[in-house]
Amino acid sequence: MKIFNSPFFTEVGDISRFTARFFREILKPKQEFEEFINQCYWIGYKSLTLVGITGFIMGLVLTIQSRPTLVEFGAVSMLPSMVSVSLVREITPVITALICAGKIGSGIGAELGSMRVTEQIDAMEVSGTNPFKYLVVTRVMASTLMVPLLTCLAIAISMYGGYLGVNIRGNVSWTLYWSQSFNILKFGDFIPSLIKTYFFGFAIGIIGCYKGYTSEKGTEGVGRSATTAVIVASLLVFIIDLIAVQITDLLGLT
Amino acid sequence: MKEIAPIIEVKNVNISFGKNHVLRNFSMDVIPGENLAILGKSGSGKSVLIKCIIRLLIPDSGKIIVINNEISELDHDEMDMLRADIGFLFQSNALYDSMTVRQNLEFPLRRHWSKEERKFNAKEAVLEALEDVGLSHTIDMMPAELSGGMRKRIALARTLILKPKVILYDEPTTGLDPITAREISQLMNAVQEKYKATAVIISHDMNCIKMTSDRVIMLIDGKNYASGTYDNLLKITDPKVREFFD
Repeated sequence: MKIFNSPFFTEVGDISRFTARFFREILKPKQEFEEFINQCYWIGYKSLTLVGITGFIMGLVLTIQSRPTLVEFGAVSMLPSMVSVSLVREITPVITALICAGKIGSGIGAELGSMRVTEQIDAMEVSGTNPFKYLVVTRVMASTLMVPLLTCLAIAISMYGGYLGVNIRGNVSWTLYWSQSFNILKFGDFIPSLIKTYFFGFAIGIIGCYKGYTSEKGTEGVGRSATTAVIVASLLVFIIDLIAVQITDLLGLT
Repeated sequence: MKEIAPIIEVKNVNISFGKNHVLRNFSMDVIPGENLAILGKSGSGKSVLIKCIIRLLIPDSGKIIVINNEISELDHDEMDMLRADIGFLFQSNALYDSMTVRQNLEFPLRRHWSKEERKFNAKEAVLEALEDVGLSHTIDMMPAELSGGMRKRIALARTLILKPKVILYDEPTTGLDPITAREISQLMNAVQEKYKATAVIISHDMNCIKMTSDRVIMLIDGKNYASGTYDNLLKITDPKVREFFD
Protein backbone atom coordinates (compact mmCIF):
# COMPACT_ATOMS: atom_id res chain seq x y z
CA MET A 1 0.00 0.00 0.00
CA LYS A 2 1.44 3.32 -1.10
CA ILE A 3 0.20 5.22 1.98
CA PHE A 4 2.49 3.16 4.28
CA ASN A 5 5.53 4.36 2.33
CA SER A 6 4.80 7.95 3.32
CA PRO A 7 7.37 9.76 5.52
CA PHE A 8 4.89 9.76 8.42
CA PHE A 9 4.51 5.98 8.52
CA THR A 10 8.23 5.48 7.88
CA GLU A 11 8.95 7.66 10.92
CA VAL A 12 6.38 5.79 13.02
CA GLY A 13 8.00 2.50 11.98
CA ASP A 14 11.49 3.77 12.82
CA ILE A 15 10.38 5.04 16.25
CA SER A 16 8.69 1.68 16.93
CA ARG A 17 11.88 -0.19 16.02
CA PHE A 18 13.92 2.18 18.19
CA THR A 19 11.52 1.58 21.11
CA ALA A 20 11.68 -2.19 20.58
CA ARG A 21 15.49 -1.97 20.68
CA PHE A 22 15.24 -0.05 23.96
CA PHE A 23 13.29 -2.93 25.53
CA ARG A 24 15.74 -5.50 24.11
CA GLU A 25 18.75 -3.61 25.47
CA ILE A 26 17.22 -2.99 28.88
CA LEU A 27 16.76 -6.74 29.37
CA LYS A 28 20.40 -7.49 28.60
CA PRO A 29 22.68 -7.70 31.65
CA LYS A 30 25.23 -5.11 32.77
CA GLN A 31 23.36 -1.84 33.06
CA GLU A 32 25.09 1.56 33.11
CA PHE A 33 23.97 2.41 36.65
CA GLU A 34 26.44 5.24 37.20
CA GLU A 35 25.34 7.03 34.03
CA PHE A 36 21.68 6.45 34.98
CA ILE A 37 22.24 8.26 38.30
CA ASN A 38 24.08 11.02 36.47
CA GLN A 39 21.13 11.43 34.10
CA CYS A 40 18.65 11.44 37.00
CA TYR A 41 20.63 14.36 38.39
CA TRP A 42 20.57 16.27 35.09
CA ILE A 43 16.99 15.46 34.13
CA GLY A 44 15.45 15.56 37.60
CA TYR A 45 17.43 17.81 39.91
CA LYS A 46 18.32 20.35 37.24
CA SER A 47 14.63 20.75 36.29
CA LEU A 48 13.41 21.35 39.84
CA THR A 49 13.48 25.16 39.73
CA LEU A 50 11.71 25.43 36.38
CA VAL A 51 9.02 22.92 37.32
CA GLY A 52 8.61 24.47 40.78
CA ILE A 53 8.11 28.02 39.47
CA THR A 54 5.72 26.82 36.74
CA GLY A 55 3.73 24.79 39.27
CA PHE A 56 3.43 27.73 41.65
CA ILE A 57 2.21 30.08 38.91
CA MET A 58 -0.24 27.44 37.61
CA GLY A 59 -1.87 27.06 41.04
CA LEU A 60 -2.00 30.78 41.66
CA VAL A 61 -3.40 31.71 38.24
CA LEU A 62 -5.96 28.91 38.13
CA THR A 63 -7.34 29.98 41.51
CA ILE A 64 -7.51 33.66 40.59
CA GLN A 65 -9.16 32.90 37.22
CA SER A 66 -11.71 30.46 38.68
CA ARG A 67 -12.85 32.69 41.53
CA PRO A 68 -15.17 35.08 39.58
CA THR A 69 -17.13 32.18 38.02
CA LEU A 70 -17.59 30.45 41.37
CA VAL A 71 -18.63 33.78 42.96
CA GLU A 72 -21.25 34.14 40.23
CA PHE A 73 -22.74 30.76 41.13
CA GLY A 74 -22.40 31.39 44.88
CA ALA A 75 -19.96 28.51 45.20
CA VAL A 76 -16.82 30.34 46.23
CA SER A 77 -16.42 28.00 49.20
CA MET A 78 -15.81 25.20 46.68
CA LEU A 79 -12.73 27.00 45.31
CA PRO A 80 -10.04 24.91 47.13
CA SER A 81 -11.75 21.66 46.15
CA MET A 82 -12.17 22.64 42.51
CA VAL A 83 -8.62 23.89 42.21
CA SER A 84 -7.10 20.79 43.81
CA VAL A 85 -9.05 18.37 41.60
CA SER A 86 -8.10 20.30 38.44
CA LEU A 87 -4.47 20.51 39.44
CA VAL A 88 -4.06 16.89 40.50
CA ARG A 89 -6.05 15.24 37.74
CA GLU A 90 -5.06 17.17 34.70
CA ILE A 91 -3.39 20.54 34.68
CA THR A 92 -0.20 19.92 36.63
CA PRO A 93 0.71 16.54 35.04
CA VAL A 94 0.13 17.84 31.51
CA ILE A 95 1.82 21.23 31.98
CA THR A 96 4.78 19.63 33.79
CA ALA A 97 5.12 17.10 30.97
CA LEU A 98 5.06 19.88 28.39
CA ILE A 99 7.71 21.81 30.31
CA CYS A 100 9.80 18.63 30.48
CA ALA A 101 9.25 17.97 26.76
CA GLY A 102 10.71 21.42 26.13
CA LYS A 103 13.61 21.19 28.52
CA ILE A 104 14.49 17.49 28.64
CA GLY A 105 13.38 16.49 25.14
CA SER A 106 15.27 19.27 23.41
CA GLY A 107 18.29 18.81 25.70
CA ILE A 108 18.58 15.10 24.94
CA GLY A 109 17.89 15.65 21.23
CA ALA A 110 20.58 18.31 20.93
CA GLU A 111 23.14 16.45 23.06
CA LEU A 112 22.83 13.12 21.26
CA GLY A 113 22.52 14.88 17.92
CA SER A 114 25.79 16.72 18.38
CA MET A 115 27.42 13.52 19.62
CA ARG A 116 26.22 11.77 16.46
CA VAL A 117 27.49 14.41 14.01
CA THR A 118 30.86 14.76 15.77
CA GLU A 119 31.36 10.96 15.68
CA GLN A 120 31.35 10.64 19.48
CA ILE A 121 28.75 7.86 19.27
CA ASP A 122 30.95 6.02 16.76
CA ALA A 123 33.93 6.54 19.08
CA MET A 124 31.96 4.89 21.89
CA GLU A 125 31.16 1.91 19.71
CA VAL A 126 34.78 1.60 18.62
CA SER A 127 35.90 1.62 22.25
CA GLY A 128 33.66 -1.40 22.91
CA THR A 129 30.90 0.42 24.79
CA ASN A 130 27.35 -0.12 23.60
CA PRO A 131 26.31 3.50 22.89
CA PHE A 132 22.62 2.63 22.81
CA LYS A 133 22.77 1.23 26.31
CA TYR A 134 25.04 3.96 27.63
CA LEU A 135 23.23 6.92 26.09
CA VAL A 136 19.68 5.90 25.26
CA VAL A 137 18.67 3.38 27.93
CA THR A 138 19.99 5.53 30.78
CA ARG A 139 18.29 8.71 29.53
CA VAL A 140 14.93 7.08 28.84
CA MET A 141 14.98 5.35 32.24
CA ALA A 142 15.92 8.57 34.01
CA SER A 143 13.23 10.53 32.20
CA THR A 144 10.59 7.85 32.94
CA LEU A 145 11.46 7.97 36.62
CA MET A 146 12.04 11.70 37.04
CA VAL A 147 8.97 13.15 35.26
CA PRO A 148 6.53 11.54 37.77
CA LEU A 149 8.67 12.79 40.68
CA LEU A 150 8.77 16.28 39.20
CA THR A 151 5.00 16.13 38.69
CA CYS A 152 4.44 15.16 42.35
CA LEU A 153 6.55 18.12 43.41
CA ALA A 154 4.76 20.43 40.97
CA ILE A 155 1.37 19.29 42.33
CA ALA A 156 2.44 20.13 45.89
CA ILE A 157 3.79 23.54 44.88
CA SER A 158 0.81 24.36 42.63
CA MET A 159 -1.58 23.57 45.49
CA TYR A 160 0.42 25.92 47.70
CA GLY A 161 0.09 28.51 44.91
CA GLY A 162 -3.65 27.81 45.04
CA TYR A 163 -3.67 28.53 48.77
CA LEU A 164 -2.07 31.94 48.19
CA GLY A 165 -4.50 32.58 45.30
CA VAL A 166 -7.51 31.85 47.50
CA ASN A 167 -6.22 34.25 50.13
CA ILE A 168 -5.62 37.16 47.77
CA ARG A 169 -9.31 38.04 47.81
CA GLY A 170 -10.58 35.83 50.61
CA ASN A 171 -9.61 34.57 53.97
CA VAL A 172 -9.21 30.82 54.18
CA SER A 173 -7.07 29.34 56.91
CA TRP A 174 -4.19 26.96 56.13
CA THR A 175 -5.98 24.04 57.79
CA LEU A 176 -9.31 24.69 56.10
CA TYR A 177 -7.70 25.02 52.68
CA TRP A 178 -5.85 21.72 52.93
CA SER A 179 -8.69 19.81 54.53
CA GLN A 180 -11.09 21.01 51.78
CA SER A 181 -8.53 20.15 49.11
CA PHE A 182 -7.83 16.65 50.39
CA ASN A 183 -11.42 15.80 51.32
CA ILE A 184 -12.45 15.96 47.70
CA LEU A 185 -9.44 14.04 46.37
CA LYS A 186 -9.58 10.24 46.12
CA PHE A 187 -7.01 7.64 45.14
CA GLY A 188 -8.87 7.52 41.85
CA ASP A 189 -7.64 11.04 41.23
CA PHE A 190 -4.03 10.47 42.20
CA ILE A 191 -3.25 7.05 40.78
CA PRO A 192 -4.32 7.45 37.11
CA SER A 193 -2.71 10.87 37.12
CA LEU A 194 0.55 9.43 38.44
CA ILE A 195 0.52 6.44 36.09
CA LYS A 196 0.15 8.60 33.00
CA THR A 197 3.16 10.68 34.01
CA TYR A 198 5.36 7.58 33.68
CA PHE A 199 4.17 7.30 30.09
CA PHE A 200 4.79 11.02 29.58
CA GLY A 201 8.33 10.61 30.88
CA PHE A 202 8.96 7.57 28.71
CA ALA A 203 7.62 9.32 25.59
CA ILE A 204 9.75 12.43 26.23
CA GLY A 205 12.89 10.33 26.78
CA ILE A 206 12.42 7.98 23.84
CA ILE A 207 11.54 10.75 21.35
CA GLY A 208 14.46 12.95 22.50
CA CYS A 209 16.85 10.01 22.19
CA TYR A 210 15.45 8.85 18.86
CA LYS A 211 15.71 12.28 17.30
CA GLY A 212 19.23 12.85 18.62
CA TYR A 213 20.57 9.34 17.99
CA THR A 214 19.42 9.34 14.37
CA SER A 215 20.45 12.93 13.72
CA GLU A 216 22.25 13.69 10.46
CA LYS A 217 23.23 16.55 8.13
CA GLY A 218 25.64 18.31 10.50
CA THR A 219 24.80 21.18 12.81
CA GLU A 220 21.61 21.94 10.90
CA GLY A 221 20.45 18.42 11.68
CA VAL A 222 21.21 18.90 15.40
CA GLY A 223 18.96 21.97 15.55
CA ARG A 224 16.25 20.11 13.69
CA SER A 225 16.55 17.12 16.04
CA ALA A 226 16.10 19.32 19.10
CA THR A 227 13.10 21.13 17.64
CA THR A 228 11.29 18.06 16.32
CA ALA A 229 11.98 16.23 19.60
CA VAL A 230 9.98 18.93 21.43
CA ILE A 231 7.17 18.97 18.86
CA VAL A 232 6.71 15.20 18.68
CA ALA A 233 7.09 14.70 22.45
CA SER A 234 4.53 17.46 23.18
CA LEU A 235 2.09 15.95 20.71
CA LEU A 236 2.58 12.51 22.28
CA VAL A 237 1.88 13.97 25.73
CA PHE A 238 -1.57 15.08 24.52
CA ILE A 239 -2.24 11.78 22.77
CA ILE A 240 -1.26 9.79 25.88
CA ASP A 241 -3.40 12.11 27.99
CA LEU A 242 -6.38 11.52 25.70
CA ILE A 243 -5.93 7.75 25.90
CA ALA A 244 -5.44 7.91 29.69
CA VAL A 245 -8.66 9.90 30.13
CA GLN A 246 -10.59 7.38 28.03
CA ILE A 247 -9.21 4.44 30.02
CA THR A 248 -9.91 6.15 33.35
CA ASP A 249 -13.43 6.86 32.16
CA LEU A 250 -13.97 3.25 31.06
CA LEU A 251 -12.69 2.00 34.42
CA GLY A 252 -15.11 4.34 36.19
CA LEU A 253 -12.39 6.26 37.99
CA THR A 254 -13.63 9.72 36.96
CA MET B 1 61.30 -17.22 2.03
CA LYS B 2 58.19 -17.64 4.19
CA GLU B 3 55.45 -15.16 3.29
CA ILE B 4 54.20 -13.03 6.17
CA ALA B 5 50.45 -13.41 6.80
CA PRO B 6 48.58 -10.10 6.50
CA ILE B 7 47.11 -8.57 9.65
CA ILE B 8 44.31 -6.96 7.60
CA GLU B 9 42.83 -8.46 4.45
CA VAL B 10 40.17 -6.69 2.44
CA LYS B 11 38.78 -8.87 -0.36
CA ASN B 12 36.49 -7.68 -3.14
CA VAL B 13 34.59 -5.23 -0.96
CA ASN B 14 31.65 -3.38 -2.48
CA ILE B 15 29.63 -0.72 -0.74
CA SER B 16 27.17 1.80 -2.08
CA PHE B 17 24.91 4.48 -0.63
CA GLY B 18 21.84 4.69 -2.81
CA LYS B 19 23.07 5.08 -6.36
CA ASN B 20 26.54 6.16 -5.25
CA HIS B 21 28.82 3.13 -5.64
CA VAL B 22 31.69 4.02 -3.28
CA LEU B 23 33.90 0.92 -3.22
CA ARG B 24 33.98 -1.41 -6.24
CA ASN B 25 35.61 -4.80 -5.71
CA PHE B 26 38.23 -3.15 -3.52
CA SER B 27 40.99 -5.44 -2.23
CA MET B 28 44.12 -4.84 -0.19
CA ASP B 29 46.42 -6.53 2.33
CA VAL B 30 48.31 -4.96 5.21
CA ILE B 31 51.23 -6.85 6.71
CA PRO B 32 52.10 -6.61 10.43
CA GLY B 33 54.18 -3.59 11.34
CA GLU B 34 53.50 -1.86 8.04
CA ASN B 35 52.39 1.77 7.77
CA LEU B 36 50.00 1.80 4.85
CA ALA B 37 48.60 5.06 3.54
CA ILE B 38 45.44 5.23 1.46
CA LEU B 39 45.38 8.23 -0.77
CA GLY B 40 42.33 9.52 -2.57
CA LYS B 41 40.24 12.57 -3.26
CA SER B 42 37.60 13.80 -0.81
CA GLY B 43 34.54 11.59 -1.13
CA SER B 44 36.47 8.75 -2.77
CA GLY B 45 35.53 6.31 0.01
CA LYS B 46 38.70 6.30 2.11
CA SER B 47 36.88 6.88 5.40
CA VAL B 48 34.18 4.41 4.37
CA LEU B 49 36.88 1.79 3.90
CA ILE B 50 38.36 2.11 7.39
CA LYS B 51 34.90 2.31 8.92
CA CYS B 52 34.23 -1.05 7.23
CA ILE B 53 37.46 -2.43 8.73
CA ILE B 54 36.24 -1.62 12.24
CA ARG B 55 32.63 -2.58 11.35
CA LEU B 56 31.11 0.83 11.85
CA LEU B 57 29.80 0.24 8.33
CA ILE B 58 28.93 -3.11 6.81
CA PRO B 59 29.90 -3.67 3.17
CA ASP B 60 27.31 -4.91 0.67
CA SER B 61 29.63 -7.74 -0.32
CA GLY B 62 33.21 -8.92 0.13
CA LYS B 63 35.29 -10.11 3.04
CA ILE B 64 37.31 -8.25 5.67
CA ILE B 65 39.69 -10.21 7.88
CA VAL B 66 41.37 -8.42 10.78
CA ILE B 67 43.86 -10.21 13.04
CA ASN B 68 42.64 -13.60 11.74
CA ASN B 69 38.97 -12.77 12.36
CA GLU B 70 36.48 -12.42 9.58
CA ILE B 71 34.60 -9.51 11.06
CA SER B 72 31.22 -10.20 9.45
CA GLU B 73 31.12 -13.54 11.30
CA LEU B 74 31.78 -12.09 14.76
CA ASP B 75 28.93 -11.47 17.19
CA HIS B 76 28.69 -8.17 19.07
CA ASP B 77 30.82 -9.26 22.05
CA GLU B 78 33.50 -10.85 19.88
CA MET B 79 33.69 -7.70 17.78
CA ASP B 80 34.04 -5.59 20.93
CA MET B 81 36.92 -7.80 22.06
CA LEU B 82 38.61 -7.44 18.67
CA ARG B 83 38.15 -3.67 18.86
CA ALA B 84 40.45 -3.62 21.90
CA ASP B 85 43.24 -4.46 19.44
CA ILE B 86 42.22 -1.79 16.93
CA GLY B 87 42.68 1.89 17.63
CA PHE B 88 40.75 4.44 15.59
CA LEU B 89 41.70 8.09 15.35
CA PHE B 90 38.66 9.97 14.09
CA GLN B 91 38.91 12.84 11.65
CA SER B 92 36.86 15.01 14.03
CA ASN B 93 38.80 13.62 17.05
CA ALA B 94 35.43 12.60 18.58
CA LEU B 95 36.47 13.55 22.12
CA TYR B 96 33.57 13.36 24.56
CA ASP B 97 32.66 17.00 25.21
CA SER B 98 31.15 16.40 28.63
CA MET B 99 34.20 14.56 30.00
CA THR B 100 37.64 15.71 31.09
CA VAL B 101 40.74 14.51 29.27
CA ARG B 102 41.27 11.90 32.03
CA GLN B 103 37.70 10.60 31.66
CA ASN B 104 38.06 10.55 27.89
CA LEU B 105 41.14 8.36 28.17
CA GLU B 106 39.65 6.12 30.83
CA PHE B 107 36.48 5.52 28.82
CA PRO B 108 37.81 2.68 26.59
CA LEU B 109 39.10 0.89 29.72
CA ARG B 110 35.60 0.39 31.17
CA ARG B 111 34.82 -2.37 28.64
CA HIS B 112 38.20 -4.03 28.42
CA TRP B 113 39.64 -3.81 31.94
CA SER B 114 38.20 -5.25 35.14
CA LYS B 115 37.10 -2.94 37.95
CA GLU B 116 40.21 -3.93 39.93
CA GLU B 117 42.53 -3.24 37.01
CA ARG B 118 40.94 0.15 36.49
CA LYS B 119 41.22 0.99 40.16
CA PHE B 120 44.93 0.24 40.38
CA ASN B 121 46.30 0.77 36.86
CA ALA B 122 44.08 3.30 35.06
CA LYS B 123 45.86 6.38 36.40
CA GLU B 124 49.25 5.08 35.30
CA ALA B 125 47.96 4.10 31.85
CA VAL B 126 46.36 7.50 31.33
CA LEU B 127 49.54 9.29 32.32
CA GLU B 128 51.67 7.11 30.06
CA ALA B 129 49.42 7.75 27.06
CA LEU B 130 49.43 11.49 27.79
CA GLU B 131 53.21 11.51 28.14
CA ASP B 132 53.47 9.77 24.76
CA VAL B 133 51.70 12.73 23.16
CA GLY B 134 53.41 15.31 25.39
CA LEU B 135 50.26 16.62 27.09
CA SER B 136 50.38 15.35 30.68
CA HIS B 137 49.43 18.79 32.00
CA THR B 138 46.01 18.70 30.29
CA ILE B 139 44.75 15.73 32.30
CA ASP B 140 42.00 17.64 34.13
CA MET B 141 41.07 19.97 31.28
CA MET B 142 37.91 19.79 29.19
CA PRO B 143 38.20 19.23 25.40
CA ALA B 144 36.70 22.68 24.77
CA GLU B 145 39.73 24.23 26.50
CA LEU B 146 42.19 22.63 24.06
CA SER B 147 43.48 23.81 20.67
CA GLY B 148 42.88 21.77 17.49
CA GLY B 149 46.36 20.23 17.58
CA MET B 150 46.04 19.38 21.28
CA ARG B 151 42.67 17.71 20.69
CA LYS B 152 44.21 15.60 17.95
CA ARG B 153 47.00 14.53 20.33
CA ILE B 154 44.51 13.70 23.08
CA ALA B 155 42.44 11.69 20.60
CA LEU B 156 45.64 9.83 19.68
CA ALA B 157 46.39 9.23 23.36
CA ARG B 158 42.89 7.75 23.79
CA THR B 159 43.58 5.51 20.80
CA LEU B 160 46.82 4.31 22.39
CA ILE B 161 45.51 3.59 25.88
CA LEU B 162 44.65 -0.04 25.09
CA LYS B 163 47.97 -0.53 23.25
CA PRO B 164 46.32 -1.62 19.99
CA LYS B 165 47.94 -3.88 17.42
CA VAL B 166 46.39 -1.91 14.57
CA ILE B 167 45.79 1.84 14.43
CA LEU B 168 43.46 3.35 11.85
CA TYR B 169 44.07 7.05 11.25
CA ASP B 170 41.22 8.91 9.52
CA GLU B 171 42.61 12.13 8.02
CA PRO B 172 44.95 12.80 10.97
CA THR B 173 46.17 16.18 9.73
CA THR B 174 43.02 17.61 8.16
CA GLY B 175 42.12 21.06 9.47
CA LEU B 176 45.52 21.65 11.09
CA ASP B 177 48.07 24.29 10.14
CA PRO B 178 51.19 22.99 8.31
CA ILE B 179 53.41 23.18 11.41
CA THR B 180 50.96 21.32 13.65
CA ALA B 181 50.27 18.86 10.82
CA ARG B 182 54.01 18.09 10.65
CA GLU B 183 54.16 17.68 14.42
CA ILE B 184 51.25 15.22 14.29
CA SER B 185 52.98 13.26 11.51
CA GLN B 186 56.17 13.12 13.61
CA LEU B 187 54.13 12.02 16.61
CA MET B 188 52.53 9.25 14.55
CA ASN B 189 56.00 8.00 13.61
CA ALA B 190 57.10 8.10 17.26
CA VAL B 191 53.99 6.20 18.31
CA GLN B 192 54.48 3.57 15.61
CA GLU B 193 58.08 3.18 16.73
CA LYS B 194 57.13 2.72 20.39
CA TYR B 195 54.04 0.53 20.03
CA LYS B 196 55.15 -1.45 16.96
CA ALA B 197 51.57 -1.24 15.74
CA THR B 198 50.37 -1.63 12.18
CA ALA B 199 48.92 1.58 10.78
CA VAL B 200 46.41 2.37 8.07
CA ILE B 201 46.51 6.08 7.36
CA ILE B 202 43.74 7.70 5.36
CA SER B 203 44.79 11.06 4.01
CA HIS B 204 45.07 13.41 1.09
CA ASP B 205 47.87 15.36 2.80
CA MET B 206 50.91 14.45 0.71
CA ASN B 207 53.41 15.62 3.35
CA CYS B 208 51.82 13.44 5.99
CA ILE B 209 51.79 10.45 3.64
CA LYS B 210 55.40 11.03 2.64
CA MET B 211 56.50 11.25 6.28
CA THR B 212 54.53 8.35 7.73
CA SER B 213 53.93 5.67 5.12
CA ASP B 214 55.90 2.60 4.02
CA ARG B 215 53.47 1.94 1.19
CA VAL B 216 50.68 3.90 -0.48
CA ILE B 217 47.46 2.69 -2.11
CA MET B 218 45.68 5.06 -4.45
CA LEU B 219 41.92 4.78 -4.10
CA ILE B 220 40.43 6.09 -7.33
CA ASP B 221 36.91 5.40 -8.64
CA GLY B 222 36.33 3.04 -5.72
CA LYS B 223 39.19 0.77 -6.77
CA ASN B 224 42.74 -0.01 -5.68
CA TYR B 225 44.11 1.95 -8.66
CA ALA B 226 47.82 1.86 -7.92
CA SER B 227 50.11 0.96 -5.06
CA GLY B 228 53.75 1.16 -4.10
CA THR B 229 56.12 3.24 -2.07
CA TYR B 230 55.71 7.02 -2.19
CA ASP B 231 58.82 7.32 -4.37
CA ASN B 232 57.60 4.62 -6.79
CA LEU B 233 54.24 6.32 -7.20
CA LEU B 234 56.02 9.57 -7.96
CA LYS B 235 57.40 7.95 -11.12
CA ILE B 236 53.99 6.85 -12.46
CA THR B 237 52.86 8.88 -15.47
CA ASP B 238 49.15 7.98 -15.37
CA PRO B 239 47.26 11.31 -15.26
CA LYS B 240 44.92 10.15 -12.48
CA VAL B 241 47.93 9.39 -10.27
CA ARG B 242 49.88 12.46 -11.36
CA GLU B 243 47.00 14.68 -10.21
CA PHE B 244 48.01 14.02 -6.60
CA PHE B 245 51.69 14.79 -7.04
CA ASP B 246 51.68 17.75 -9.42
